[in-house]
Amino acid sequence: MGADSGTQVTSAATEEPSRREFIHIFGATIAGAAGVGALVPLIDQMNPDASVRALSTKEVDLSAVEPGQAIKVMWQGKPVFIRRRTAEEIKMAEEVSVGDLKDAKARNANLPDDTPATDDNRITGGDAAKHPEWLILVGVCTHLGCIPLGTAQGEVRGDYQGWFCPCHGSHYDLAGRIRKGPAPENLPVPPYTFLSDTSIRIG
Amino acid sequence: MKHQSTYVPKTGVERWLDRRLPIVRLAVDSFGDYPVPKNLNYWWTFGGILMVFLVIQIVTGVVLAMHYTPHASMAFASVEHIMRDVNYGWLFRYVHANGASFFFLAVYIHMFRGLFYGSYKEPREVSWILGVVIFLLMMATAFMGYVLPWGQMSFWGATVITNILAAVPVVGESIQQLLWGGPSVGNPTLNRFFSLHYLLPFAIFGVVILHVWAFHVSGNNNPTGVPVKDVKKDTLPFTPYYTVKDGFAIAVYLTVFAVFVFFMPNVLGHPDNSIEANPLSTPAHIVPEWYFLPFYAILRAITFNIGPIDSKLGGVIAMFGSIGVLFILPWLDTSKVRSMRYRPTAQLWFFLFVACCIGLGYLGSQPAEGVYVVWAQILTAYYFAFFLIILPLLGIIEKPKPLPKSINEAVLKKSGAAPALQPAE
Repeated sequence: MGADSGTQVTSAATEEPSRREFIHIFGATIAGAAGVGALVPLIDQMNPDASVRALSTKEVDLSAVEPGQAIKVMWQGKPVFIRRRTAEEIKMAEEVSVGDLKDAKARNANLPDDTPATDDNRITGGDAAKHPEWLILVGVCTHLGCIPLGTAQGEVRGDYQGWFCPCHGSHYDLAGRIRKGPAPENLPVPPYTFLSDTSIRIG
Repeated sequence: MKHQSTYVPKTGVERWLDRRLPIVRLAVDSFGDYPVPKNLNYWWTFGGILMVFLVIQIVTGVVLAMHYTPHASMAFASVEHIMRDVNYGWLFRYVHANGASFFFLAVYIHMFRGLFYGSYKEPREVSWILGVVIFLLMMATAFMGYVLPWGQMSFWGATVITNILAAVPVVGESIQQLLWGGPSVGNPTLNRFFSLHYLLPFAIFGVVILHVWAFHVSGNNNPTGVPVKDVKKDTLPFTPYYTVKDGFAIAVYLTVFAVFVFFMPNVLGHPDNSIEANPLSTPAHIVPEWYFLPFYAILRAITFNIGPIDSKLGGVIAMFGSIGVLFILPWLDTSKVRSMRYRPTAQLWFFLFVACCIGLGYLGSQPAEGVYVVWAQILTAYYFAFFLIILPLLGIIEKPKPLPKSINEAVLKKSGAAPALQPAE
């Protein structure tokens, strides 16, 4: 290498410099555009594909769930907690004032973003009808994505009787709101509608 | 070190090849009679050890890929298949899994060596920066490789770490989605991690070539930090002197490695990863592999909001910053003296820094609560202070010990020989 670098190109005095410059700029622009054009599919292929997106809704039959019980169903690869609350539990959740909450937003996909996190706003589905018995939440801790305990019978439910995340100690209340621990937000309420009194569609 | 090529092709075939592709010349110039400071100690053998481990990981990895199935419903079973059915499958898997640990152990020793002897300083900044790039690529490769067996710790480790990325403002959630290929960690995630896990080691190999090239232009640093003044007196040819020294160190290191592979292959792993991934149930205690623990501790140490930055993003910034700061280290350290052998004060801070890193590793393995968090915060503060405050200040206020005039003088003084014995020039 370097042995034959002696060939000198005396900067050929400019014949029609504007045309040459145009070729350079034009060539670079086209090559750049082609590069971007190739990059778009290269990156977009990593986004969720059609078969994944097709699984975006799920219907759940609730008829077997007794008051005080909770179930876990899979929706979009994530668990959804469905709890049928007792009258006493509803009362406990309703008595909490929004001012005491760490995250005062409802985080309900069925409601506008700035809705306050009252119990009422946490149990409102897409059809705006209220079913205070039924609490439906995406069961993924808003801290680092662990699955909180408290759904199955006998699991630890934390200091606020809702859910407890064992990974880093976040406590959620009976409306799935974060009350203590490192998680920054309430458990999100997924988009859902009641199809009948005992069945819902999530997504 | 720039030196005149001494390669003389002996046979007709060699002469023929040398005029067309001087690859033998390149090898001889780089690893044959390439001049190396004659005072390199055993801390310098870890570069060679790392080369060996990169090759071990690539070879065993290629073999494992022949028997592994990258699908969420089959990956776990295919790993069991490798362990039970494939001829010597257990050997390849244990070498590969423990090889990652020994790779990281060697790279940490290699980095601390560079830190102590000032190998990052002028004129070796580029080599150091390329080394940090290699370190980042290694971390990405190891993280994705750990996901492939699709055990509980694989799945939940991937979930926690990709959730961390979502904290990055504006682009975080898009990046998370690109990594997941769906609404959560799932089959698409496993597939792309497998693809990238296979790709990145070859990228590492490429950067390693640049890393070695860079310090072959400037010449090796050495324990005195004093540059080579006289090639005849200060250096020895790489072969046979350092091929033998490196070879001996590699043999010793491989012996320790073999103890792990054959007698305690699972001691560095987690029992939870012997349970197949279950997206509905999180293990009670999620911890990364040991070589990520210090960074995990730094991530979790930021439990408070800093102005507009919330604690989650703050942790991410601190974690990436802890590696990012290494990129600018050559310009943070203001001392003209390379080797800390001659920097009595810097030495103390350095050993405290090593202890700090080990301490962070311990804290990363403990639950993030109570006194552990406070200690992680103290050690994280020291980690950054070492680079951002202590090293810049020490260069100005510290009075270094006198440097030897040359490598040769330092060697002769140490062995007690009279300098008069130097061959007259």
